Amino acid sequence: MKLEYFGIALKNLRRRGVRSWLTLLGIVIGITAVVALVSLGDGLKTAVNSQFQVSSTELITVQAGGLTGFGPPGSGVVKPLTKEDVLAIGKISSVEAAIGRNIETLKMEFNNKLNIGYAVSNPEGENGKRIYSYLDLSAAQGRLIGDGDNNKILIGNDMGDGTKNGFGKDIHVGDKISINGKDFRVAGILAKKGSFTIDRAVIIMEQPLRDLTNNTDEVDVIAVKVKSKDLMEIAKTEIEKLLRERRNVKMGQEDFQVSTPQAMLSNVNQILTGIQIFIALIASISILVGAVGIVNTMTTSVMERFKEIGIMKAIGAKNSDIFFQFFFEAGLLGLIGGVIGILLGLGIAFVGVDALNQFIGGNTPHQLSVFLVSFALFGSFFIGSVSGIAPALKAASLNPVEALRK
Amino acid sequence: MKKREKSEVIIRLRDVHKIYKMGQARVHALDHLTLDIKKGEFVAIMGPSGSGKSTAMNLVGSLDVPTYGKIFLDNNDISKLHESDLAQIRGKKIGFIFQSFNLIPNLTAKENIMLPMLFQGVSFEEREKKAESLLKLVELQDRMDHYPNQLSGGQQQRVAIARSLANDPEVILADEPTGNLDTKTGDIVMKFLDELHKKGRTIIMVTHSPELAQKHAEIVYWIRDGQLEKVTRRK
Repeated sequence: MKLEYFGIALKNLRRRGVRSWLTLLGIVIGITAVVALVSLGDGLKTAVNSQFQVSSTELITVQAGGLTGFGPPGSGVVKPLTKEDVLAIGKISSVEAAIGRNIETLKMEFNNKLNIGYAVSNPEGENGKRIYSYLDLSAAQGRLIGDGDNNKILIGNDMGDGTKNGFGKDIHVGDKISINGKDFRVAGILAKKGSFTIDRAVIIMEQPLRDLTNNTDEVDVIAVKVKSKDLMEIAKTEIEKLLRERRNVKMGQEDFQVSTPQAMLSNVNQILTGIQIFIALIASISILVGAVGIVNTMTTSVMERFKEIGIMKAIGAKNSDIFFQFFFEAGLLGLIGGVIGILLGLGIAFVGVDALNQFIGGNTPHQLSVFLVSFALFGSFFIGSVSGIAPALKAASLNPVEALRK
Repeated sequence: MKKREKSEVIIRLRDVHKIYKMGQARVHALDHLTLDIKKGEFVAIMGPSGSGKSTAMNLVGSLDVPTYGKIFLDNNDISKLHESDLAQIRGKKIGFIFQSFNLIPNLTAKENIMLPMLFQGVSFEEREKKAESLLKLVELQDRMDHYPNQLSGGQQQRVAIARSLANDPEVILADEPTGNLDTKTGDIVMKFLDELHKKGRTIIMVTHSPELAQKHAEIVYWIRDGQLEKVTRRK
């Protein structure tokens, strides 16, 4: 029976002025933030995780330089890693293979367009084949490159796509690309990996890449394959010890970084979680402000409707009848704010995921969490109705004679 | 409704006092008021403004409880009841008609008439049926879905009469029912009240107009300074 007051509450809401609607802003912003944050946060995590999942879980990455793995590898004034470091790491007992790789940004010309692209070296010999298998790479068109392919390149899937590679034209197997002034022929195009580090790369055999950049001894990244998953931490400690000795640095002052994929992933996830907590905090503050807004507008509404409350009491409304009218009205007010917030939040998340995909070249799907939406709907009704309790109690406790006199 | 026996008392006031506190001062709005209203009577409560007749109406209509004294509605003592219980009782037994109509502005004529039944827990279908038949009674069936501000004063008061009948109350309490109407529309409204009286309802009308009181009511209670001054009966 009390549910019938929903109808009356709805009618009352319809005649509200702009001022009342504006007090919903807090709820709208709060719910928008929550919905956008959760949808986008999930999308972002999925995207980031997919970037890391491409590398085999038993691979350790060694880089020279600072603490983050995000700077251009091998750049800056840090002391670079060398071929000798690679050999020394390869001799550690827990290590199956250590493979040095070079990553260079180079001028690439195709279709009469000049672009800066990045090239990754593929080592000669057995290690070259190992890299393909560690990273699970295969050719979608043409073939992989190996020893003797000094004038050949292998390109990532997105590099072949004219809409993504910046050259404005698809690159096919057999096409010629000029890199730092030297011509290379495309031997193969890799299968799509969903990670921009591979999908946008140009792979060149190690020696020709060294020749292009006049680099005889330096190595940008060492990929270390550990004998088994259980040995990851041991291998990491041993590599760190070895490099400290070779580079003559003390513990805690390392000018190199040894990272496992799990560690990198958990770092990134930690940062993302931090951002989520921060935005959640802002969202709760604005929801609180929204709740105060509803208390305010409902209190005003009770005062404006003194007479009406008196009439209803005169014609038989019990205190609880009056209470539920205002209680539902406040709840509906919150719910309306929630619906607007959910729509805005989902819109932001939709655009955000698109931007994310554009930016890092992933293909994170748009997610619509039914749980999230129903939680937000219920939550906003709850916040509204709780905010309405005090004004509704005030309305319910009015003396009919005094209320009628207004 | 069949014609009732006029001897049965429906509202009984016994030595009723109502005292308001105005800061330090105590205002005796009603002083030793004792009266009986019998079933089927058309009663007028008369008095100048400030006489205490509004207070008397509030007590008779069980909108308020006395400071001292007892009030019986249908032989039940209501002088000490809690507001919510009082609301249930007056919703069932008393229909109110106000000077300024007092319809709920954002409900249609029909919804206004349905409202008192909602508070009594009547089902939607029954409420709707009853409201429509009452609108027919006050000859406003074609204004069913109009909002109060789309109706003239006289029409609004007729909707209010229909609303007062929604729960088939024993008593209709009309507070200056023609106060906001011109003479002609006022006469139409009074015609409806007379008809309800003829059909056996108890009508209590509060007014300051002696002509109106003496023309329609069988018994007039004259109140002055919170006390019953005199009672006149139509021959």
